[in-house]
Amino acid sequence: MTLPERLPGHSSRGRLERVLRRGEFAVTAELNPPDSADPEEVYERAAIFEGWVDGINAVDASGANCHMSSVGICALLTRMGYAPIMQIACRDRNRIAIQGDVLGASAMGVSNILCLTGDGVQAGDQPGAKPVFDLDCMSLLETIRTMRDQSKFLSGRKLSAPPEVFLGAAINPFAPPYDFRPYRLAKKIAAGAQFVQSQYCFDVPMLKRYMDTVRALGLHEQCFILIGVGPMASARTARWMRANVPGVHIPDTIIARLEGAADQRAEGKRICIDIINEVKEIPGIAGIHVMAYRQEEYVAEIVHESGVLKGRRPWRREPAGDEDRLRERLDGLEHDAVERPTDRAAEAANVAPQR
Amino acid sequence: MSETDPSRRDAAAAGPSPGPGSRPRATGNAAAGAKAATGAYTPAAVSPNRRGQRRYTIRLWAVRHSRLLEWVYHRFAHAFLLLHPLWKAIGYARAEAPVTAVERRVKGVLFDCRMCGQCILSSTGMSCPMNCPKQLRNGPCGGVRANGNCEVEPDMPCVWVKAWEGSRQMAGGDAILAVQKPVNQSLRETSSWLRVTAAAAMARDDEKDAGGTR
Repeated sequence: MTLPERLPGHSSRGRLERVLRRGEFAVTAELNPPDSADPEEVYERAAIFEGWVDGINAVDASGANCHMSSVGICALLTRMGYAPIMQIACRDRNRIAIQGDVLGASAMGVSNILCLTGDGVQAGDQPGAKPVFDLDCMSLLETIRTMRDQSKFLSGRKLSAPPEVFLGAAINPFAPPYDFRPYRLAKKIAAGAQFVQSQYCFDVPMLKRYMDTVRALGLHEQCFILIGVGPMASARTARWMRANVPGVHIPDTIIARLEGAADQRAEGKRICIDIINEVKEIPGIAGIHVMAYRQEEYVAEIVHESGVLKGRRPWRREPAGDEDRLRERLDGLEHDAVERPTDRAAEAANVAPQR
Repeated sequence: MSETDPSRRDAAAAGPSPGPGSRPRATGNAAAGAKAATGAYTPAAVSPNRRGQRRYTIRLWAVRHSRLLEWVYHRFAHAFLLLHPLWKAIGYARAEAPVTAVERRVKGVLFDCRMCGQCILSSTGMSCPMNCPKQLRNGPCGGVRANGNCEVEPDMPCVWVKAWEGSRQMAGGDAILAVQKPVNQSLRETSSWLRVTAAAAMARDDEKDAGGTR
């Protein structure tokens, strides 16, 4: 449940931070954001993960495609007691908008924020949009950390209550310059990253080389590293992703394995589970991040069959921090005398203006 | 010798520059139509920051010679600081316009400078980060292609891959490991040279004052 007070040494009151700091192998998953104004669609998509994940990523127009906003999704999820990880991409909003959103999200009960630069607008459905990129992932981390730890905006103006959030960032060990990538993680940690989620991992040897350097630098002790994994629906999907989704690296061996299988969908799931089993043995890895785009129903199976939870059952829902107030308000709406606007108008009309 | 060869290779790779009226353009990043015809990955046929590919030649030369340029810049900054009395006599505000005009042209040719007004070339291996389509001050992003080219502009070598290569040759190359602050947009189109000089002169004077009072 969301604690009334932060535990000592914690930055947030959230569940994800507690799980990670306790040394458990964490599992997070990505919610496919609806193209809809119907809250039910968000609830349905979140319900699939219930009892299987420690955090649900609410993506911020991933791939520069328009969807329901991450603040909106997070507001709905916290209302239902889930633990969302709000993603913020620097592509669409400037520092004024972002700092406001951080406060709003934190007020809504969001405990985890993932800071991203964001894909270029060319990748999405609205390539004519103006790319903002006022901040980058690193300065965004620093900005939110300043808000949280020093209780002030980037401008220096004071906050009366700081946002208590657990700060995350993304890593991609699978894109050049490979020798710089671990140092870039060090930079993100210096800027405030407390956990990182990686891009899709399909090349475990490459990840191992990356992790060797990360451990040599001691970074795995300063930050929780979650590795991104996900099932491929078919060899064709894999080829398409490799060519069209920025930053995704899929070795030919994986595609060959998919092609050779009678049931490609099942094989994709199998490959995902195999990768999880290899990844969880690498020292310094704190968890996995499952991105099963349009195959969300497989997340539970993948998590179950890989056995990463070791019998642990992540909480289902937990009450929001302001649950009591909400309940009181709902009670009030039900029981208090109903006010009619016409009565108030009549009342106002009979009162002489005071001088 | 060996250092001059790659630049020639780059120039050759860029190919002949297309005529102004020829359509669709065969080279450069605006050749969206031509690329789509080859079946290559064309991001929705749009590139937000279009530039001609041949422009990269000088910029890439600058990165390859980052050590030399670092040395040149140190001499230059020193000379500029010696001229501090002159700038003060003219008035920094009045010197701004002519110096900015010179700075824009010199750095424009060498680095494809975007005049952000807060130059960090020394921290980025002499590869201007404002040429990154995402204008990252702390790159590279996760979208770098396997061949080291940009996610947004498939023909352009990633500015930050180059920055890392350039920084490895420089004496103060480890400055790339420092986290950079966000750009102050109100300083755009102003002279970075004068600002750095004024700050250095102030620091020098402060030091002198502290030495005098002791």
